[in-house]
Amino acid sequence: MALSLDIAVPRRSFELALALEVGPETLALVGPSGAGKTSVLHAVAGLLRPARGRVALDGGTLFDSEEGIDLPPERRRIGLVFQEYALFPHLSVEANVGFGGRERAPELLERFRIAHLAKARPGELSGGERQRVALARALARDPAILLLDEPMAALDAHTRTAVRAELQELLGELGLPTLLVTHDFEDASALADRVGVIADGRLLQLGRPDELVAAPSDAFVAGFTGGNLLHGFARPTREGLTEVVLDGGAVVFSTDRAEGRVGVVVYPWEVSIAHAAAADSALNHVSAPISSLVTLGNRVRVRVGPLVGEVTTASAERLELERGKIVVASFKATGARLVPLRDETHRTPV
Amino acid sequence: MRRAGFRLAAALAALVALAFLLLPVVAIFLRVSPGELLNRLDDSVVVDALAVTAKTNGIAFALTLLLGTPAAYLIATQRFPGRALAITLTELPLVLPPAVAGIGLLAAFGRLGLLGGTFDALGLRLGFTQAAVVLAVLFVAGPFYLRQAIAAFEAVDPTMLAAARTLGAGPGRTFLRVALPLAASGLGAGAALSLARGIGEFGATIMFAGSLQGVTQTFSLAIYAQFDVDFTRALALGALLVLVSAAVLLAIKAIPAWRSRSTSPFLVAPSSSR
Repeated sequence: MALSLDIAVPRRSFELALALEVGPETLALVGPSGAGKTSVLHAVAGLLRPARGRVALDGGTLFDSEEGIDLPPERRRIGLVFQEYALFPHLSVEANVGFGGRERAPELLERFRIAHLAKARPGELSGGERQRVALARALARDPAILLLDEPMAALDAHTRTAVRAELQELLGELGLPTLLVTHDFEDASALADRVGVIADGRLLQLGRPDELVAAPSDAFVAGFTGGNLLHGFARPTREGLTEVVLDGGAVVFSTDRAEGRVGVVVYPWEVSIAHAAAADSALNHVSAPISSLVTLGNRVRVRVGPLVGEVTTASAERLELERGKIVVASFKATGARLVPLRDETHRTPV
Repeated sequence: MRRAGFRLAAALAALVALAFLLLPVVAIFLRVSPGELLNRLDDSVVVDALAVTAKTNGIAFALTLLLGTPAAYLIATQRFPGRALAITLTELPLVLPPAVAGIGLLAAFGRLGLLGGTFDALGLRLGFTQAAVVLAVLFVAGPFYLRQAIAAFEAVDPTMLAAARTLGAGPGRTFLRVALPLAASGLGAGAALSLARGIGEFGATIMFAGSLQGVTQTFSLAIYAQFDVDFTRALALGALLVLVSAAVLLAIKAIPAWRSRSTSPFLVAPSSSR
């Protein structure tokens, strides 16, 4: 393992306790803001001293509370890219990159396609260019691991997708162990091989992005990965299905087995929208007026009652969807996953 | 109609205030012609005062920057018990009347003072020497820089310092290559303010160092010494000092304009005690 950590960091209202191994891969930690994601990176970089625990990189100990080891940041082979990039405003692009290591700077400027900006100040750059400078600067030190703090947060919505694709490609080329944190599951699943969901200082689930979506360990993970979360009371039916009486009174069916209070998770792409309940295999139907329509590129997110469904823009036009129109949202019993509710007062997933 | 009346009254008040502030300065120059001013430049009293002022203030200024800059950086970036007290103490000399500063310096460093015996044993006599002028200027003008420098370093984004560390720079290199340039405009303003205050120093100096021509008689002291002996000479000295002060003021105003666009220029930003 390139990086292994097992640390406890006291925070204002909770204690962040995290054990993690990062191999030759990109691992993303996702969680709502305030979950302690940045603290993890800072603890690895040496900017924050954990209350106890151990951090090791390529077999060498960076921090060990029992042995009293705590290497200062400048003695750790780590490339940290800060959330707002933290480029030095008084230095040129060239000097910024050279700050980490002068020998590698010219090569990195070329490689990141910022050589033509060498003399420019960070204030004159676009968000995407700034990110490339920050990455080049972090790599100039020849780090053994790359840490990225919310790499997408400083970008505006319309450059995001392009920059994300670029970053994805770059990380692939670098082949450097990478630990990144983000509050956006979509970014995490696009960039990382494995994703860990953290909330309130705990790692709730760690796995490949598709694993998290296919089998969320609890309601929070399900909500965080983008699923609709409905609360209800489950009981088995004679046909071997599970019937869930939702808090709103409607009844839905699932192929998962559960009893008692549960969360029903339905992903938007498993919800289909029609004018009337079709005579197909879908067991679950919710009939309600459309309360919102949001276009995301070639898709439209449609909110029907408690559900959000995703359809193509073409379908939305064909069905003449508009706010207030009564439609039927359907999903199959196999698309309704039942998850335990951690506690009913838990914060609403973002 | 009433609005026009108010604006007229306000304009009048502004006019009176400005005239009052400018009149003494203008009066000096009306009484001393430029030719007279040039003539006085080889007057021994003026030349001696100029030399003493330049030398003592040069040394005091250098010491202020050399000691004050690291001290301010430490106070601004480190959290330690008694930090708020330390900041308040650096501000104490700012509100101390100069006469109190003078008597305090005498009580501490004078021949019969607290450290007088120690200095005597070392063969050092501070009272009424140029070293005494330097101490007086340091004590009175130094805090102007220190206070401003603390505020300037506090305004530097801590993330910048953290970034430098993760890029392999130790605390020393982080200070020199990141903190110092980013705080430069604030430091420059503080330095200019401190220099101006030091050049004009009078009360503490005359009590602690005396007013010996060619030894401890600075510009301000020379004006005081000359004004009942040779009023014209006193006026010429005053005119020169006005020019020096104006130059310092212009420098303060100009610094933020040409210095780093990234840090906000501030002249009297309060140093917040967190």
